[in-house]
Amino acid sequence: MTTLITRRLLLAIPTLFIVVSLTFLLMRLAPGNPFSNERKIPPEILAELEKQYNLNGSVSSQYFRYMGKVVRGDLSISTQYRNRTVNDILAQALPVSMLLGGLAFLLALFAGIPLGAFAAVRHNRAADRVAMLVALLGLSVPSFVLAPLLVMLFAVKWHWLPVAGWGSPDQIILPAICLAIPFAAAIARLTRGSLLDVLKLDFIRTARAKGLPEDAVLYRHALKSAILPLISYCGPALAGILTGSLVIETLFDIPGIGRFFVNSVLNRDPMMSAGVVLVFSAFLLFMNLVSDVLICLLDRRVKIE
Amino acid sequence: MSLPTRRSLGRWVPLTFLGGGLLLLLAFFYFFGGWSLSPPVDLTICNGDEPQTLDPAIITGQLEGRLALALYEGLTTRNARGEIIPGMAESWTISPDGLTYTFKIRPDAKWSNGEPLTAYDFLHSWERTLNPETGSQYSYQLYYLANGEAYGTGKLKDFTQVGVKAPDAQTLVVTLTHPTAFFLELTSFQTLCPVYLAGIAKYGNDWMKPGHLISNGPYYLKAWRLNDYILLEANPYYWTKVDFKRIKVLPTANATTCLNLFSSGKVDLILDKNSVPASLVDDLRNEPYFHANPFGGTAFLRFNVTRKPFDDLRVRKALALAINKEDIVRKITRAGEPVADTLVPPGNADYHPPDGLHYNPDEARRLLAEAGYPGGQGFPDVQMLYAKRSTPEQVATEMQALWQKELGITSIHLRGQEWKVYLNTQSLIDFDLCLSAWVGDYNDPQTFLDMFVTNGGNNLTGWSNPTYDKLLDQSETIANPVERMKVLQEMEKILVTEDMPIVPLYYYVGISLYRSDKMAGFEPNFVDDHRWGALTFPEKKKP
Amino acid sequence: MTTIRVLLPTLRRSPLLAICAAFVIFVVLLAIVGAQCTGYGYAAISDASLQPPSVTHWFGTDLNGRDLLTRTLYGARMSLLVAALGTFVSLTVGVSYGMVSGYAGGRIDSLMMRVVEILYSLPSLILVIILIATLENPVTLLLRQIGLIIVPPRIVLLVVFLGLTEWLTMARIIRGQVLVLKEQAFVQASEALGQSHFRLLFRHLLPNLSGVILVYLTLTIPAIMIDEAFLSFLGLGVQPPQASWGTLIADGASSINPIRLYWWLLVFPGGLMTLTLLALNFLGDGLRDVLDPRVKK
Repeated sequence: MTTLITRRLLLAIPTLFIVVSLTFLLMRLAPGNPFSNERKIPPEILAELEKQYNLNGSVSSQYFRYMGKVVRGDLSISTQYRNRTVNDILAQALPVSMLLGGLAFLLALFAGIPLGAFAAVRHNRAADRVAMLVALLGLSVPSFVLAPLLVMLFAVKWHWLPVAGWGSPDQIILPAICLAIPFAAAIARLTRGSLLDVLKLDFIRTARAKGLPEDAVLYRHALKSAILPLISYCGPALAGILTGSLVIETLFDIPGIGRFFVNSVLNRDPMMSAGVVLVFSAFLLFMNLVSDVLICLLDRRVKIE
Repeated sequence: MSLPTRRSLGRWVPLTFLGGGLLLLLAFFYFFGGWSLSPPVDLTICNGDEPQTLDPAIITGQLEGRLALALYEGLTTRNARGEIIPGMAESWTISPDGLTYTFKIRPDAKWSNGEPLTAYDFLHSWERTLNPETGSQYSYQLYYLANGEAYGTGKLKDFTQVGVKAPDAQTLVVTLTHPTAFFLELTSFQTLCPVYLAGIAKYGNDWMKPGHLISNGPYYLKAWRLNDYILLEANPYYWTKVDFKRIKVLPTANATTCLNLFSSGKVDLILDKNSVPASLVDDLRNEPYFHANPFGGTAFLRFNVTRKPFDDLRVRKALALAINKEDIVRKITRAGEPVADTLVPPGNADYHPPDGLHYNPDEARRLLAEAGYPGGQGFPDVQMLYAKRSTPEQVATEMQALWQKELGITSIHLRGQEWKVYLNTQSLIDFDLCLSAWVGDYNDPQTFLDMFVTNGGNNLTGWSNPTYDKLLDQSETIANPVERMKVLQEMEKILVTEDMPIVPLYYYVGISLYRSDKMAGFEPNFVDDHRWGALTFPEKKKP
Repeated sequence: MTTIRVLLPTLRRSPLLAICAAFVIFVVLLAIVGAQCTGYGYAAISDASLQPPSVTHWFGTDLNGRDLLTRTLYGARMSLLVAALGTFVSLTVGVSYGMVSGYAGGRIDSLMMRVVEILYSLPSLILVIILIATLENPVTLLLRQIGLIIVPPRIVLLVVFLGLTEWLTMARIIRGQVLVLKEQAFVQASEALGQSHFRLLFRHLLPNLSGVILVYLTLTIPAIMIDEAFLSFLGLGVQPPQASWGTLIADGASSINPIRLYWWLLVFPGGLMTLTLLALNFLGDGLRDVLDPRVKK
């Protein structure tokens, strides 16, 4: 276990290093200057700006200066939002994205597990088929099709929920649902599959034979064992939620990291892009580690070499 | 397998767990996720996007400018109609030769922390703006000052030699290099607004955060959450009173979202054409809350005259004559934009533009055949550059299709680029055709025509004409406004009817949405400058 | 060919699967020839701007007055093209990677799988966004130099990078299969006969993997289609006047407003895309139940 953790952490560092370097270098080598605007900038002023934002000299020297700062935990000043450090921006946007993503994740579990269990218990009956068709549909409707449709109905037509924005609890409902649906569907399918596998196993038969009520068998024994594949799905699911938040945050005008990221790439802000990539990657590497550790703890049969 | 028959406590364990987690998460982020019960606001404005900065010296964009002009005020300011009125200066005198301006600062001028504002604040703020180390991209607006350009480009290190002096706390004397008809317009612009230097010295990079930012305009910065909202509160020390005490500014960029917010009553004012979906303008036009305000901006097409086939005047002219501009404004832009046959938009009463070229597909086909491409045959592969935003993209698509329809040219490809990349490509003149636009800084044809001087920083066509350059030099020395306008008209004639490095397409029309029972004090003006401090309650609408 | 022999009876037994397969084939055919048969060009503008669906324009028209049916079919072509080529890239990479890893075994295998594990835990689409946004100009230049000005650089980028994000699952599964197959008699026999590794991999192992490959092929195509649409939605897709389902949906999504609903702009491209994805996913699921040896047990 300790070796697993240390090895993963040791691997994470070069991985993050490569990812951040790649982002920064690509952003700097690509055409497009973060300071350009419609009016021509006098060369003296441009040179001064590049100096202020540590973007003067050769790209390699910019890179080393930048990485030197990153190592010390300073993600530099954003070129897009002048006078704001990337740390500053992330400190404000990260909780927003985490709230949205966390809520979507919980919703996905909340809706997915019961739906999957419901289908598994009614294996091969009509209810199972319908539930799985619903899940497959949820998996197949892209969130950027679903979100405008839901906005059209719930916000524009019936005025039940606000169309966009951030700052009050009712504004999080629609985006969280839109973000959660594909993952709820995937979780439902996973739960059903693994529950069906578990229900065939000996210990369930034993439990039934002992005369335990069906509910107890299902919830106390079967579901507990069936949860393992779900935990290993958490890593990819969180990655998907992070990516999905780019579209959802843009569509619903939510001040989270996803929106900053898209803007920063399009506006050639190397500091912001590299900073977001670093945070996203670190978060996912960490969550994958957590899910592996959890699996290790929950099931001694699973051994990760 | 049988259905669960008995309810057991076990069934509720996962539910309780999840529900509890949900509540905890909500509670946690209620405090940390920026959710707060903000006090009611008097006015909510959709400003188009998140401002990049609130430093008036650094600002280049229009949306930042709107915020800056709510926070700061220059020597002069504008009323709702865009006319120049006294701002921080209560009065001024101009010397007969038009070179020396003497401004009297209001004795009651104060910063938002109550400290008095003096002529020294202007002097030092201008020094900061002009200093190359500040990195102000608009500092050239102070190049009209004597020695301003030398100091601004670092050639002169001694600021005392620059043409601005403060003999006492209430007086600012400005000396210009040559008579500049629009100087009082420049002093109302954010680049020439004063900043609170003591704050910048104290807080460094953090000086523009709420609580640190001290300003002198009608409002001060109460709160600012990036990509979320900005809260402005009336500055109690401002020399006059504003009607709306608290304004919330949203950075919503998506036009449809803006409109949805407006319709659901969450937003009171939308003041950017980009914040209104073009496809709906026809439906909105008849709504009482729809307001169109023409202003001084022109969309036009740049040719790269150094590349084949656009080095041939006949090809440029053929392409120009084949564009049905009427079609573009009717189908794409839809806000009632006037078709532009000249570059300088209407608005300056003294200026009479030359007669431009009109849509004439037959002549276009003849010219194209004459140039060696009859029916578009053999026309080389070229690319039309545009900024990847919805209107330019649709205009480019329309023009590509029009040229194919009228001239049979099938080898014009579209090349949309993200804004910053587009600007870079345009500034390198690395295009064959390029969709561009220009918005005047002040109401004078010069702000449009001086772009195309040989090797001018904003020429970006590779075009050069010695006669044009000579006329521009000549115009700057003429003191008589009527004579000067005649010279400018001659210049424009060369530009849009003879040499044609550009094709004007249409003039800009701003669109704003607001309900007249909610606010007033918003009127069309040439520079599209609508100061939030000038907005009023409807019942006491000013004459 | 064994694959097909298993496949046909399956389709016969499950009408729903057969319908899905027929639908997918129908959409593919529409994508290939449909845009030519509508009587409109995909980029041909007209004065009939934003017309609702009617007899002349079955799916209505867009802002530029272009026929939405034509554009949706043209978009299908782009989306399916990117998905197919991208899947091919991911297939090539995934299958060869998985086969080498499983066949080599030991240290090489564990190293190669560690790499997959790391790549799994990276936000791949986020990196693809950066790659597409920054590499567009170099690729444009490259294409211009080799005389392929017609080939849209975005398509090249989308195909390559989306292909490279979706090969991980394939590699893992192929590796698992190879590990199992390696122990079987026929492999051991040909190894004893001294056949080259290359021959063994491609002559003996690959045919035995075709079932699994087909299953994950059917599942990779919708994954890449969603990715492509996602990037197009963020403005990183194909250039106008070309269209893909993603760009059409993006146009449609921006038409949701309280004044006038141009619903057809969203519903038709979005609906067709959702149905296609649904059919493909359903097909993939069905095939997996039949062909994936891990499911059969």
